[in-house]
Amino acid sequence: MNFIITFIILFFFWILLSGYFDFMHLFLGVISSLFVAFISHDLIMGDVNIGRASKNVLRFLRYLPWLLYQIVLANLDIVYRTLHPDMPIAPRIIKFKTDLKTDMGIVVLANSITLTPGTVTIDVKDGEFIVHAIAERPADDLLGGEMQARVKKVEGGEG
Amino acid sequence: MNITTIITAIFLTIGCFFSVVAAIGVVRFPDFYSRMHPAGKNDTLGQTLILIGLIIYEGFSFVSIKLLLIIIFIFIANPTATHAIAKAAYLAGLKPWEKEEKK
Repeated sequence: MNFIITFIILFFFWILLSGYFDFMHLFLGVISSLFVAFISHDLIMGDVNIGRASKNVLRFLRYLPWLLYQIVLANLDIVYRTLHPDMPIAPRIIKFKTDLKTDMGIVVLANSITLTPGTVTIDVKDGEFIVHAIAERPADDLLGGEMQARVKKVEGGEG
Repeated sequence: MNITTIITAIFLTIGCFFSVVAAIGVVRFPDFYSRMHPAGKNDTLGQTLILIGLIIYEGFSFVSIKLLLIIIFIFIANPTATHAIAKAAYLAGLKPWEKEEKK
């Protein structure tokens, strides 16, 4: 089952990236997709549960608009701080614990912190985030925990 | 000059603006960690806007799907690379710059 799904995904990408529909290209695509799927279907799909994975994707899609909005805010924030003559920054390092359980939740939170206003993730160790904040307000916003609550929704209840 | 070209030009201009500001920020900010902020964020949005502009110019084709894939990879790779560099500096023991107290 994993083998077939991996093959379909790989072949889809092959068609997408090649853009040729003649016999030779499709045939070569089938051969190489079969070969790669044969050696790596355990690696790519592992023991993924299709139903749970698609639910995760749906939850992530619901999280995405908020993330995009935050990215735009982050950029305007940096533009303001860069072009302001006085450079209103006061960098600091903050640490906080998270109670996210899954690896995916932690990765999403870490990348979201980097993309949102004024904060960059430096390290995650045993559920403790070390974050560099560029000023006081973004640090406070992050410790307020709104983002963590949203990521927890992405992660879902079952952990 | 049709409408597609104009929209493309707008996106390219905004994208270039963000990229230029990112470059200025890297030069202006006082230390390594704060330089990660413009490098990690503005570059992501700047490049994304430029690519969106190209997608609009290209219309729906194989090229625009490839550009969309590049956007997705940038969104995953850029924060991850920023984080990896910052972590390397932190583990090497670099202390962040802090604002001096007013004299």
